Amino acid sequence: MSPAPRSTHSGGPADPPGAGASVDGWSEVRRLVPEVLGSLVRRYGHFDACEDAVQEALLAASAQWPTEGRPRSPKAWLLTVARRRLTDHLRSEESRRRREEQGAVEPATPAGPSGDDTLTLLFLCCHPSLSAPSQLALTLRAVAGLTTAEIARAFLVPEATMAQRISRAKQRIKATGATFRLPPEPERTDRLQVVLHVLYLLFNEGYTATSGPGLLRPDLTAEAIRLARGLLRLVPDDGEVAGLLALMLLTDARRPARTDADGALVPLAEQDRGSWDHDAIAEGVALVTGSLASKPVGPYQLQAAIAAVHDEAPRAADTDWPQILALYGLLERVAPSPMVTLNRAVAIAMVQGPEAGLDLVATVDVDSHHVASVRAHLLEMQGDLDAARAAYRHAARLTTSIPERRHLVSRASRLT
Amino acid sequence: MKYMLLIYGNEENWEALPPDEFAEIVRRTDALNQELFESGELVGAYGVGDQLTAKMVRVDEGVVAVTDGPYAEAKEHLGSFTIVDCESLDRALEIAAQNPASRYSGIEVRPLMHEANPDM
Repeated sequence: MSPAPRSTHSGGPADPPGAGASVDGWSEVRRLVPEVLGSLVRRYGHFDACEDAVQEALLAASAQWPTEGRPRSPKAWLLTVARRRLTDHLRSEESRRRREEQGAVEPATPAGPSGDDTLTLLFLCCHPSLSAPSQLALTLRAVAGLTTAEIARAFLVPEATMAQRISRAKQRIKATGATFRLPPEPERTDRLQVVLHVLYLLFNEGYTATSGPGLLRPDLTAEAIRLARGLLRLVPDDGEVAGLLALMLLTDARRPARTDADGALVPLAEQDRGSWDHDAIAEGVALVTGSLASKPVGPYQLQAAIAAVHDEAPRAADTDWPQILALYGLLERVAPSPMVTLNRAVAIAMVQGPEAGLDLVATVDVDSHHVASVRAHLLEMQGDLDAARAAYRHAARLTTSIPERRHLVSRASRLT
Repeated sequence: MKYMLLIYGNEENWEALPPDEFAEIVRRTDALNQELFESGELVGAYGVGDQLTAKMVRVDEGVVAVTDGPYAEAKEHLGSFTIVDCESLDRALEIAAQNPASRYSGIEVRPLMHEANPDM
């Protein structure tokens, strides 16, 4: 089953289920998390303990507000409760802290606009010393304001596992000696790349979860779009930030059409383009067009440009494949990978015929379901149905995605 | 990405180990599981009951038949399994190699199927 199609390109995401879901406008409350956390860390240091305190305040709010009513200033309420939790905690830890005076994330910056805090938090949560799953989890908690239980549900792991992952991630940041300030300029560009990658993974995680337990999972796609939007406000001049947001919007716009009523995958060429989200497409196209003016053009901008070409074709047959081929050529130069080569093989097949595509696929020396399914598709185009069927079946055996396996098996059996 | 690490074994081989060595294996397995729990990679680790306690359920035309089994005559049986959620296949293989059982019987590593549609 697919989630009810809904627009995520404007306004706030819907409330996630679980903690806080019964509080009106909970997503507005979650938006306060980076501000509250930022002001605590600037004043007290100890990112680790402050982050726990804000999480506790958030849980307290979700328990108390539905019965006691929402306070007049939710931000002041959260700040007061979090500060109380934090000072209790610090007091009880005082003697130990005195012995271990090292390593804490110390207050380093004077009070600045709260947007800077959000950006600083993003850089800290996406610290390069962390594994990707840890970066995602910590960003969702400290910047997006999700609870540990919600994050655990999103990744289909036990809450204890997620709690450990987050706590380990914070210890690791502490051990690196990172401070609560924006990385200095030469480093900042590289660090921004990591932040973008984390948001990209977050989007993917949400976008690919379409069924089953997905119905109970928080909408990570909406979170990723919201965070990317916020990041663009803070870093308006970076073409790749705009490119990433555009890529998300242009991809998410097709969500209503990418699965059928039974939850089965619908390939791009067969999707009902009328059900695409045309407002999101318009916004994504405008963003990527504007960003292409800034040089150099990066991989997110190029991927967004490719998505825009697809999204702007009224029918699959109208797709401007020569344009897509040229863009994949550029992408392969900027960010070469087997996946990019495979996508270029599909584009080359659409422009020059399946043989040219198959020749390019043959240069990708990896036995993955991606390679096998592209080969199968091109063999089918070529009319070699026996070989296509075998390649679809091979791809089906290699994938670990249940919907994709179903799709590949049905492609294979359609050819008999 | 989630992986299941399956540890098969032969009861006789395990019983033939000196008690100290067996205790050491248990200690090191517990330590590994604790480490994986702390890193946030452990989804679950379970030993399964002895083969003698295994049951096989079959439904044939609506009739439920429960027998002992499965494969009572097999030499190797599932002894325990661990589910990890880690960054890559390489990491899952590394975790398997750290498990002391990998030195006695092989550890089968299988990716878990998921509901994601990776078509972006």
